[in-house]
Order: sequence, then C-alpha cells, then structure tokens
Amino acid sequence: MSEQEWPLWEVFIRSKQGLNHKHVGSLRAPDAQLAVDNARDVYTRRSEGISIWVVASNNVFASDASEADAFYDPSNSKVYRHPTFYDVPDGISHM
Amino acid sequence: METTSIDLLESNFQSKIDRDIKIEPKDWMPDDYRQTLIRQISQHAHSEVVGMLPEGNWITRAPNLRRKAVLLAKVQDEAGHGLYLYSATETLGADREELIDDLHEGRAKYSSIFNYPTLSWADMGAIGWLVDGAAIMNQVPLCRCSYGPYARAMVRVCKEESFHQRQGYEIMMSLANGSPEQKAMAQDALNRFWWPALMMFGPNDATSKHTAQSMKWKIKRNTNDELRQQFVDVTVPQAELIGLTIPDENLIWDEKTNHYITSPINWDEFWQVVNGNGPCNKERIEARKKAKENGKWVRDAAMAHAIKRNAINLLTA
Repeated sequence: MSEQEWPLWEVFIRSKQGLNHKHVGSLRAPDAQLAVDNARDVYTRRSEGISIWVVASNNVFASDASEADAFYDPSNSKVYRHPTFYDVPDGISHM
Repeated sequence: METTSIDLLESNFQSKIDRDIKIEPKDWMPDDYRQTLIRQISQHAHSEVVGMLPEGNWITRAPNLRRKAVLLAKVQDEAGHGLYLYSATETLGADREELIDDLHEGRAKYSSIFNYPTLSWADMGAIGWLVDGAAIMNQVPLCRCSYGPYARAMVRVCKEESFHQRQGYEIMMSLANGSPEQKAMAQDALNRFWWPALMMFGPNDATSKHTAQSMKWKIKRNTNDELRQQFVDVTVPQAELIGLTIPDENLIWDEKTNHYITSPINWDEFWQVVNGNGPCNKERIEARKKAKENGKWVRDAAMAHAIKRNAINLLTA
C-alpha cells in the first residue's frame, strides 16, 4: 500500500468546567487540528465535552506495566500517609 | 526454564482474570488471548461499518424530516462505533489498515445480518428493533469484558445504542397502527428479519468452537444460546403488544422453565450467509471497497497538507 497512514492521537475531554481532561480513546488524523475536529464528531456527539486535548500517541511516555509492583511499592509501604493510620479516641469529631 | 516462566506468566494472568482484574494494553497476555480479541473486536468493528449500508439505503427515502434526521444520527453513530472498536484493536498491536484489507479481500467476517437486503421502509423499523436489540443483548455483558479498552468502548456503544432500538420499535409501532398496507409492511419486515436476528447470536453452544475458552478468559460472559433465549423472551411480548405475529408456528411459552421455545434455527442458511453466499455479501464488500477508493484523494490531500504545514511551521519557528 503506497498510502501513508495517518498518525494516531490520544483524545482527552473535559466534560464540564471544574473537571480535568480525561482520556477517552484514540483516533487517526493527519494533523492536530483535524484530530480535534474528528474527536468532536466521534467523542462528543451527546454533549460529553466542552474542551478537547489531543496528543500524538508516540509522544506519550508511560511507566512500565511489567515493573508496576516494584515501581509503586515505596508508596504502599508508607501507610502513615493515610489518616486511617492514626488512633483517635472515641467522641472526637471534626478531625 | 523457558516453559516454566511462560507457565508462571499464564497462571498469573488467569489469576488476574479470575479476580476480575481488567487487562490493559501493556500488561502481559497470552498470544491466543490477544489474537482472539483482535479477531472478535475487528469482526465487531467491521459489523458496525458494514451495518451502515443497509440503513444508508433508506436515508434519502425516509418518510419525513424527523425520521430522516434520526436515521442519519443512527448511521453516524454506527460509524463512531466502528472507530472506537478499530481503536481498541490498535491497542493490541493490530494494524487497522490490514484489518480493513482483510475485510475487503474476504478474509474477515462480520455479522451475517447485514447481508440481507432492506426492501421497504419497515425494514428500518425491524433493524432498529430486532438487530440493534440483539446487538444490545450481546454488548451489555461485553461492558464487563476482561480487556479494558474493549469494555470501555462497549460502555460507550451501549449508551448510544439504546436510542437505536427505541426508534426502530417506534417505526414498527407507527406502521402497525397505520393502514392495512402499512401493517402488512411491518409484518413482512418482521417475517424477513426474525430468523436472521436469532442467528446473530452465533452457532448453538454445542457447535461454537470459541465459547469455552472465551468464557474462561471472561471475554464472553454468556453463551450464544443464553443470550438468544434472553432476546426471544423479551422480544415476543414486544411484538404482541403492537399486534404483530412472530413468524414461527411452533413458538410456545414453557411454563416450567419460564422461557419461550422456538422452532429449530436453519443453520444451513446461517453458514451459507457467513461463508459469503447471502443475498448481499458481494454488494456490501464492493460498496466498502468503492468508499475506500473514492475517499483516497481526500486522505492523501489531508496528509499532504499536514506535511506542508508542518514544514512551514518548522521554518517559521
């Protein structure tokens, strides 16, 4: 096939003011503007969004899924970062 | 040594599935799981895309503007569903263009229902009511499929499909309440689409070669026969309510099991259509190929424009 394939874009949508953009899927488009236009048609046909980000998929650098246990282990061992770690006597409120 | 580590990976994988932990694109997965998903999701994507054709046939002849706007919106949704699904196959490392080539060269399957012609306006009603109804039965459990991107795509699809079924039933109801000719048209559409709709759930469990493994991997959550039975049980009363007759003389309600029992399905017809000999198989694939060829200049021009603009941006940056 001589045709050059359109690059892949990851699509993020803000559903309303006050919420962050959230990944909803991906699509192919020749450039960023058309990726936004296509994302509007594909992912917001029922008022799902008021703002769209697109990021070329090959620009996403992700943590390694196979190393996840070791990578996130340091935070799992620090239970004192959670409020439930601490003893509070019965009858104490607003804390 | 090699085999032990693979065994370990596989048992970890199955244990995640058993604990209902979703599998995401970069997680390790057995090659068969990946290939099964690519096959199933791409067939599903092809079905959405080919499914636009029988309905596209009636857009210009919809009886009024409301029906036309609704049908356009529905067909546009099907295109979107195809896109979500092709995107899901890409997360598994599949090449979308190759999958589409497989469809166009006759190497890939799609839902056999779309190889039947749409002869009258009532067929738009029958398709929305029965075909989308059957699709929803199939797709709702897929929202809990073990593969994350497929499950998420299905959540979106199911949300959108619910209007598709209602608009179809509404068309059937209007015709069934209309003139004797209109009612006959609705009955004729039901007669032609009933059996193909039951076949949409695929072969009987006893002959379905993929079901057992797919259930173990939680790609499928129900067997073909379970879903088909659910569909019959909910659809028969819907037909009765609008005064239409299910085209099956032997259909009876079984009080012991609380299920309807239908006549046996004509599986020869099913396999004929699946294997390329249905009334419209050739026409559907030709239409897909033509659409791709005719759109080539647009895709090429858009790409050329993007490359040119990138070059200008680099120069002026």
